[in-house]
Amino acid sequence: MTSTDFNTILPEFILAVFAMAALLGAVYTGKDRTGPLLMWLTAGLFLLLAAWIGLGGGVEHVAFGGMFNDDGFARFAKVAILLSAAAVLIISKDYMVRRDMLRFEFPILIALSVLGMMIMVSSGDLMALYMGLELQSLALYVVASMRRDSARSSEAGLKYFVLGSLSSGLLLYGASLIYGFAGTTNFAGILSTVEDGLPLGVLFGMVFMIAGLAFKISAVPFHMWTPDVYEGSPTPVTAFFATAPKIAAMALLARLMHDAFGNVTGDWGQVIALLAVLSMFLGGIAAIGQRDIKRLMAYSSIAHMGFALIGLASGTAFGVQAMLVYMAIYVAMNIGTFAFILSMERGGQPVTSIDSLHMLSKTAPLQAMALLVLLFSLAGVPPMVGFFGKLYVLQAAVNADMTWLAVAGVVASVIGAFYYLRIVFYMYFGSEGEGVDGRIGSVQGAALLISALVMVAGIVNLFGVEALAQAAAETLVR
Amino acid sequence: MATIILFAPIIGALICGFGWRLIGEKPAQIIATSLVFLAAFLSWIIFFTHDGVTQQVTLLRWIESGSLAVEWAIRLDRLTAIMLVVVNSVSALVHLYSFGYMAHDDNWKQHEHYKARFFAYLSFFTFTMLMLVTANDLVQMFFGWEGVGVASYLLIGFYYRKPSANAAAMKAFLINRVGDFGFLLGMFAIYYTIDSLRFDDIFAQAPALAEMSIRFLWADWNAAELISVLLFIGAMGKSAQLILHTWLPDAMEGPTPVSALIHAATMVTAGVFLVCRMSPLMEYAPNALMFITVLGATTAFFAATVGLVQNDIKRVIAYSTCSQLGYMFVAAGVGAYPVAMFHLFTHAFFKAMLFLGAGSVIHAMHHEQDMRNYGGLRKKIPMTFWAMMIGTLAITGVGIPLTGWIGFAGFASKDAVIESAYVGSSYAFWLLVAAAAMTSFYSWRLMFMTFYGKARGDHHTHDHAHESPKIMLAPLAVLGFGAIFAGMLGYSVFFGKEDTVRSWFGMEVAQHHGEDHAEDLAAQSATDTETATTDTAEAAPAEGGTDAATGEAVIAAEAAPAVAPQGALLMRPFSPERQEFVDSRIKADPDHPPETIINAAHSVPTWVKLSPFTAMLFGLGLAWLFYIRSPDLPGRLAAQQRPLYLFLLNKWYFDEIYDWIIVKPTMWLAGFFWKKGDGSVIDGFINALAMGFIPQLTRLAGRAQSGYLFHYAFAMVLGIAALVTWMTLSGGAH
Repeated sequence: MTSTDFNTILPEFILAVFAMAALLGAVYTGKDRTGPLLMWLTAGLFLLLAAWIGLGGGVEHVAFGGMFNDDGFARFAKVAILLSAAAVLIISKDYMVRRDMLRFEFPILIALSVLGMMIMVSSGDLMALYMGLELQSLALYVVASMRRDSARSSEAGLKYFVLGSLSSGLLLYGASLIYGFAGTTNFAGILSTVEDGLPLGVLFGMVFMIAGLAFKISAVPFHMWTPDVYEGSPTPVTAFFATAPKIAAMALLARLMHDAFGNVTGDWGQVIALLAVLSMFLGGIAAIGQRDIKRLMAYSSIAHMGFALIGLASGTAFGVQAMLVYMAIYVAMNIGTFAFILSMERGGQPVTSIDSLHMLSKTAPLQAMALLVLLFSLAGVPPMVGFFGKLYVLQAAVNADMTWLAVAGVVASVIGAFYYLRIVFYMYFGSEGEGVDGRIGSVQGAALLISALVMVAGIVNLFGVEALAQAAAETLVR
Repeated sequence: MATIILFAPIIGALICGFGWRLIGEKPAQIIATSLVFLAAFLSWIIFFTHDGVTQQVTLLRWIESGSLAVEWAIRLDRLTAIMLVVVNSVSALVHLYSFGYMAHDDNWKQHEHYKARFFAYLSFFTFTMLMLVTANDLVQMFFGWEGVGVASYLLIGFYYRKPSANAAAMKAFLINRVGDFGFLLGMFAIYYTIDSLRFDDIFAQAPALAEMSIRFLWADWNAAELISVLLFIGAMGKSAQLILHTWLPDAMEGPTPVSALIHAATMVTAGVFLVCRMSPLMEYAPNALMFITVLGATTAFFAATVGLVQNDIKRVIAYSTCSQLGYMFVAAGVGAYPVAMFHLFTHAFFKAMLFLGAGSVIHAMHHEQDMRNYGGLRKKIPMTFWAMMIGTLAITGVGIPLTGWIGFAGFASKDAVIESAYVGSSYAFWLLVAAAAMTSFYSWRLMFMTFYGKARGDHHTHDHAHESPKIMLAPLAVLGFGAIFAGMLGYSVFFGKEDTVRSWFGMEVAQHHGEDHAEDLAAQSATDTETATTDTAEAAPAEGGTDAATGEAVIAAEAAPAVAPQGALLMRPFSPERQEFVDSRIKADPDHPPETIINAAHSVPTWVKLSPFTAMLFGLGLAWLFYIRSPDLPGRLAAQQRPLYLFLLNKWYFDEIYDWIIVKPTMWLAGFFWKKGDGSVIDGFINALAMGFIPQLTRLAGRAQSGYLFHYAFAMVLGIAALVTWMTLSGGAH
């Protein structure tokens, strides 16, 4: 390991050292009593790293002989991952403390998972890819089943683990096929072997790898775990699932596709487009039947991943930019929404049924208004920011001569609007009934309001995300 | 001054319409009325001081888009001056009259305020009408054109609780849309051909338009002819000419002052004004002019026949209006634009007078409008009776025959129209004479049924019949003055010696007899290039031949930049064929045949000059026989000639025919699209999709989410299998 390599992975290194030190420290001191402190420490470190990576120089580094890339695209994804992970930790702390479920391992596992994600988005080699992915997934399997005393949580963790293993198997199978044909695991090497068309073996390998990654972003038909895991996991874990890993997996997919198969965009473009259409429609249609808001958010994330995939499917730099913008907006919306979901309780017990939102506008007008803005944004109602995210990806599809995909996206978003608007309907015109009665925590309330404000105020220039995403996309697609 | 005239009414309308809650209803009415009076006063000053030279006052640049540049400007020439006087005077008097007429209205409850709204509408109408007549290009004119349409709609439907009033308002608006569409197409065609909508540009390019052809509705048309006809279709709608006339009688649902102002004196004459305004273009479209003549004459005749048998006092006058508008169009159609404007001018006075008089009768009879329930009102409401008498004498055209001008207003102008019509077309002439007889009959019938004979109808109403207040009688007196003297005072400038008329309208005074009309053309088109003019002048006598000289003139006109002809109107000399036709009809000096319509109209045979007067006497006699001598005669005649009577009573079944041909199929089609198209197909499809199909899919998706791990794994494996198969088969691999 040269010093250049080391410098390049310094943020990841710090995070790894922190995770191990925190583990040792907590075990030998107050164990779970250190939980709140660790939560803050971890979130703080995430924010520091995000600031460091985000504000650091724009020079591109390649470490470990091309296994690790530190380029603009990776930095954009890392900042988004770190920020969203920090936000989830911050909004979850009160909830976990109150429910007495804050184990000190939770922030450490999150940190390890984030470390995995950072490696994923930086990977320049099938090995690094797999390593990052597995590090991320293993941590997530554990946090999903963190409530050992809850059958549902254990079930969720187990399901996720088994299916995740299957998907890892698919991914590995694909990777080995590609290695067999290309003779290298390096993305650049793979790229050079597919210069004049895709050999059948590589095509098989590529499809398998796409399937493996599609599992991580819960794209149809590899989405089946999502609703069950979202519902069964503790809500903070669900919030985490819905945000950072999605960015990481999406970014990894983009990186793999463009770095390793960048000259056969037409081939993988249609696979991704198919996944996008299926995800959008199934996400929208199946969500209509859900009464549990966590399951509903699961389908919502499936549908949103479909939209983000549209950007990727177009195979252009603009498409990647659209995808990044969409993911950033998606994460911002989800953090606000989950901040609210974390606060939903009746008689001290958490509730997740959407029926408990009836007439929320009477009991908590400000929250209802903020949630309305978020739901409108999720549904893509102009002038909320969510609309511009959709507009971006649809435009990418149209520019890439995939108008049919854009049309499908519009139709799916009409279907999808229904279940968001139904919640709005419940909140404002619903029947009187047993609604939520808990007071929202100050941190969660702040997150909800900030997220809602972002959805409204962001229409001015999307806080500059547009330009950043464009720069990021240009480093990936050349 | 013109600017003040233009804006005074709209300021009044705004203050009255929006400010009456602050300043009270009565002060609001007074402000609106006095502002219109101010406008009327200034209009008369302009009328008497105007020298006939066209002035243009630019107010602001309105539209700039590509090559389209529209200014908001006031065009002040003789035509505008006449219209300003007519519009503002009648409007001012109607405002005043409305104080009395609208004082108590059974359509409104005690505490409801409606007067300020009424006055605001009236002032708004006045403003839009002024916009129309002061327009300097077609876009501005169209603005006024639509504005008066809106005002008319609002005022016809003023009694918005009456379904019939609402229906009438809609009918007026919709039928006018048909005409407006023609107007719009005309504007489009002009813009398409000459790339401008300014009057000056249009007039300057008119000779070129006459040479141009334009493709429209699968055929090639002469541009000037097509544009003229399209514009005239707009005029037909606004001026209630045949085919598009059905809205006017129904418009009588509005309050009577509205009928007097809008549906008699001003708005309905906008079509005539349009044709006169476009005279420099119309002069190059002989076939369009012929069309206007025929349609005007037919309308005059048709409306007069219907007027014979109507029983509603306002409807009689409405058909009379329709008929008189036909007269005006005939005059314009044969090229005698000053005569058309003359009749417009006098008609405004006596028709407003008749309407306001009828309003006074209605007011006296507690809003009873059926003449069969009148009778013997002469003694009860003497002032109104005399006012109506003056109006009737004026419309029927009583005067001293063969003097040409000593008589009531209608005498001078109507005789002028009929004499001009004789020069232009026998068809128009005979129909107009017949219409004159019928005009006389129905006007006197109205007088006899209302004021003579025994009182019919409700005794109570008759007992309480009372003379109208002074505020209603004063406008009648002023209009009465106009109805008596307008014809005599206006005769010399509208229909006197040709040179007088030309100079009054600011036109170039015609060349002396005997010289070729090529000279005229050259003078008009090439005033700025002296050489061209002299060349032509030399060429004309040298060549001697008419055709050759014309050819030279055209070349000269092309060489020089096109300039709009001077003056408010354009009256070109007859074309050679036309000259031959005219010469055969009139007794004229063979050496110096009259070469323009005004001169020719003065030279018609004596029997022609006598014919309208004779027709009037015949109508009067017949009316006397029917309604004074033997009042049972009309009933017997109606029974005997029942089909004819019904035909006339039902207005030639126009409404029924339209109902069958247009309204019913449209309603059916609309209903079809609504119930079947929108309701069943679109709503049905969406509902089925949203409430049947999607929930079905949702249930399926729910069922697929079984919770069993092996199902999920199976789905993933199926998915990857399908993807790989698809990619392999679809040629993803090369």
